[in-house]
Amino acid sequence: MFSMPESLRAFLHETGEIARFSLRFFREGFQPRFEWEEFVRQCFLVGYRSLPLVGLTAFIIGLVLTMQLRPTMVYYGVEVQIPAMVGIAIVREIGPILTALIFAGKIGSSIGAELGSMKVTEQIDAMEVSGTNPFKYLVVTRTLATMLMLPILVLLADAISLAGSYLGVNMYETLTYPLFFKKVFDNLTYIDIIPAFVKTFFFGFAVGIIGCYKGYYCEKGTEGVGLSANSSVVASSVAIFILDLIAVQISDLFQP
Amino acid sequence: MQETVINIEGLSKSFGANKVLDHFDLQLHRGENLVVLGKSGSGKSVLIKCIIGLIEPDHGKIQVLGKNVLNLNHVQLDQVRVKVAFLFQSNALYDSMTVRENLEFPLRRHSIQLSAGDADQMVREALQNVGLEHTIDMMPVDLSGGMRKRIALARTLILKPEIILYDEPTTGLDPITSQEISALINQIRDKYQTSALVISHDMRCVKTVAHRIAMLIDGKCYAVGSYEELAASTDSKIKPFFD
Repeated sequence: MFSMPESLRAFLHETGEIARFSLRFFREGFQPRFEWEEFVRQCFLVGYRSLPLVGLTAFIIGLVLTMQLRPTMVYYGVEVQIPAMVGIAIVREIGPILTALIFAGKIGSSIGAELGSMKVTEQIDAMEVSGTNPFKYLVVTRTLATMLMLPILVLLADAISLAGSYLGVNMYETLTYPLFFKKVFDNLTYIDIIPAFVKTFFFGFAVGIIGCYKGYYCEKGTEGVGLSANSSVVASSVAIFILDLIAVQISDLFQP
Repeated sequence: MQETVINIEGLSKSFGANKVLDHFDLQLHRGENLVVLGKSGSGKSVLIKCIIGLIEPDHGKIQVLGKNVLNLNHVQLDQVRVKVAFLFQSNALYDSMTVRENLEFPLRRHSIQLSAGDADQMVREALQNVGLEHTIDMMPVDLSGGMRKRIALARTLILKPEIILYDEPTTGLDPITSQEISALINQIRDKYQTSALVISHDMRCVKTVAHRIAMLIDGKCYAVGSYEELAASTDSKIKPFFD
């Protein structure tokens, strides 16, 4: 008789548990009372505080990508197309996926560790006996904050990345700012921009819900807190790649 | 006849094959400090988490202030929890909040309508009770273990509860601070006429606070009596606790 390997069984079990946790998010998340104050605080924490890291990384990637592309483009005599090529690469793929992965590393781990620590020090139980639904207070607010903030961060990262690319182009030639962006946007269509933007809501959801799940069900004391943080990053990064793969397949259906 | 504020009958709880509570019976009377004494891992913490509705038992009945907590919905359970405070073993202070915010949290969450001035007064009064008014704007991380325990105690007092559940209140504290916390438990009872269920295996604390002691052995309420009565017992399961 076929016997499923233990690791596969554990993976499927955890996937099912995360799906159930997500269903609970949709079931309880939109019922009163909504924790506005905590939601706004989380938006500040996950959005504003991620901006320096995301911005710096985006700028460097834009600059480096342009510098790396240049020799090949010059070889084929199409260096004039560098802004267009970089623009498409950044807006369609590099901006969303890179920002989401940095976000998973910074925010996913911090959510996993914070909730894990709250779990092992009984703070979640204390919340419950204080008349608070800890799921709504902790999970719903954080997941909605990551869903809302990641798309905004991606938009900012795209803009900063293109600024880096503009600098990269101008290290070798002189191209005005309006002309650079005209070349970028002349080659971008709504089919490039909208799916790339929409998928970031799903990336944000994955980072938030997986981080919360790992922390909310943290076990094994302080060792478990470290494991929660670590596994939040790994699981949400894998989820981001899988969601990206699905998003590309769907968006390709709408390509002319 | 003394009024019973918590009545537990036939309470059972298992985790897998491990039967932690096995038809456990207990009554807490108004105004008394009742200590539940048992070995580590004997199910003491599970017992009080069942009482406050954090763990669902497999069988049995738990009546708190006349209401069977196992039949209550969330709203009704919250109404009971206003009158029953819980001091967690690990204090469970919210790390991201100041002492003031920690104390205000139960006030705000139980939808109690208070002006900012009234809330401030209640917070200060609770902190005065534990002698730590000066810590009001400090973060929990800046406090010592004993201070955190006192702040956690102040938080349990903020709603002026009728019953307080103490989960190992002196664990991890030095002997002097342990004695201070034990004395504080008695002071709170005298001042607010609270009833208390204290989970402990710290015999100095037990001796200081207990009016009665219930021995939790093999998942059952094995014996109930005063400290002196149980200390005089020759029963091989009771005697080791008092040696």
